[in-house]
Amino acid sequence: MNDVLTFDYRRVRTDFPILATEVRCKPLTYLDSAATVQKPLAVIEAVDRYYRAENSNIHRGVHYLSEKATDAYEATRAKAAAFIGAADPDEVIFTSGTTEGINLIAHGFTESVLQAGDEILITHMEHHANIVPWQIAAQKTGAVLKVVPVDDHGVLNMEAYEALLSEKTKLVSVVHVSNSLGTINPVKTMIEQAHALNVPVLVDGAQSTPHMPVDVADLDCDFFVFSGHKVCGPTGIGVLWGKREWLEKLPPYQSGGDMIEKVDFDGTTYKGIPGKFEAGTPHIAGVIGLGAAFDYLNGLDRAGALQHELALLQAATEQLTAIDGLRIIGTAPEKASVISFLIDDIHPHDIGTFLDAGGIAIRAGHHCTQPLLKRFGVPATARASFAFYNDFEDVERLVAALNKMKQFFC
Amino acid sequence: MSDDLHDLYQDIILDHNKRPRHYGALADYTHTAEGYNPICGDKLTIFLVLNGDHIEAVQFESACCAICKSSASMMTEVLTGKTLAEAEVAFKRVADLLSTELNLEADLSVDGEIAALAGVRKFAARIKCATLPWHAYFAALKG
Repeated sequence: MNDVLTFDYRRVRTDFPILATEVRCKPLTYLDSAATVQKPLAVIEAVDRYYRAENSNIHRGVHYLSEKATDAYEATRAKAAAFIGAADPDEVIFTSGTTEGINLIAHGFTESVLQAGDEILITHMEHHANIVPWQIAAQKTGAVLKVVPVDDHGVLNMEAYEALLSEKTKLVSVVHVSNSLGTINPVKTMIEQAHALNVPVLVDGAQSTPHMPVDVADLDCDFFVFSGHKVCGPTGIGVLWGKREWLEKLPPYQSGGDMIEKVDFDGTTYKGIPGKFEAGTPHIAGVIGLGAAFDYLNGLDRAGALQHELALLQAATEQLTAIDGLRIIGTAPEKASVISFLIDDIHPHDIGTFLDAGGIAIRAGHHCTQPLLKRFGVPATARASFAFYNDFEDVERLVAALNKMKQFFC
Repeated sequence: MSDDLHDLYQDIILDHNKRPRHYGALADYTHTAEGYNPICGDKLTIFLVLNGDHIEAVQFESACCAICKSSASMMTEVLTGKTLAEAEVAFKRVADLLSTELNLEADLSVDGEIAALAGVRKFAARIKCATLPWHAYFAALKG
């Protein structure tokens, strides 16, 4: 527990202006960080400063501001690489978020890899963003989508995974941490097993990057995608990292300005990576804000932050389980600080509205994982998710409000 | 507890949620349809017995929130024994009560229990919960 005490979450909370606000005349209890993470002042100020004093387009101007904006943009590429343990910043492509990163790879595989009869392997706990692009890729190419099942705790069936991997598999695309269940998947083992058959692996890191340090070199994945807004950065910006040989092999996703070397009506040559995948004026303010977010997180004791989150998870799990009629969906031994739950006779939507009246923000619904919830036989869950800036009072307020709600409805 | 919350979950609503009327599948229905709100997962099925333009029976089954369930339950009470034209008028009144533009004063003595739905309109995210049963009713009519 000493580690927990060394992480000064009380001080960290003051870095986030929104945590000092009130909603519905109550102090905000923000338990929806799995949907989006709040922004520290440093990120808000970086975006503000860019628009006030540094706004300019990148990669084109010779003037002072353009050079400054280009430098800041490219510096963030290097920070993004370092954030996930990648050696080469050129392997970092800025996207609008995790969803676009997956779509970019799905497009590339549709155009240049997949053929009829090939197989794409995903899992039953994927977000819709890691299901639908592959369904479309399969429809276009005649490839087949295969799904690794999960057990009643929300743990992947690794025997089934091994059995489903074959020479036909052209890609494994797997979520690192489940946004609905919190399950942390054994991606390193999955990558080893896939590579034994020369199958590349894409890891969806939207929910892992907010919680734990990621090292793509150690994982040895082929692609890694995540969203800026879930690592304290702005919305509308994200990162796709891919191994150079793959990124060079895949065709451009969008085309236009900034992604070309030379354009002639007889033909066009493209830039090398990363430019090939970044057509048009990008989300420069987003990238600069994301750079500030990486700086902010790098300045935190991230190991301590993770310990604190796990302490919150443990406290919340114990106290929620003690509520009569409450059932947690997702009880994997390896879990991030996400708790999906149901309460007898009270629909998650009513739970969400009731908590909201007390200033408590949770998510209610299917969390963009309809096949997963169907597998658990429920149409929706209530989900409380914790970040390093939450405190134990947040847990207590949640539990007190749920107890009050039970009296109200029953 | 906030006043808005009490307006939303009035005793009438909580009562219909706990003891829904005309609940359960109808074997000899003439019309049926499913209503589904993909955003929150509300799902219900409406069963009708029509005789000409006369609604002889309405039942429903649901896996949905308190607002949707109680709205469905109240709808079955309103619709039973009505003509299709009268049902149209009843729906218009429900839609008007839920309108933030009209902001009508609901009157229990005039509107009956559906007056309780007026409290829903302060919660924009929940208005669709209240109208879902009615949309399912019209979908059932269309077949």
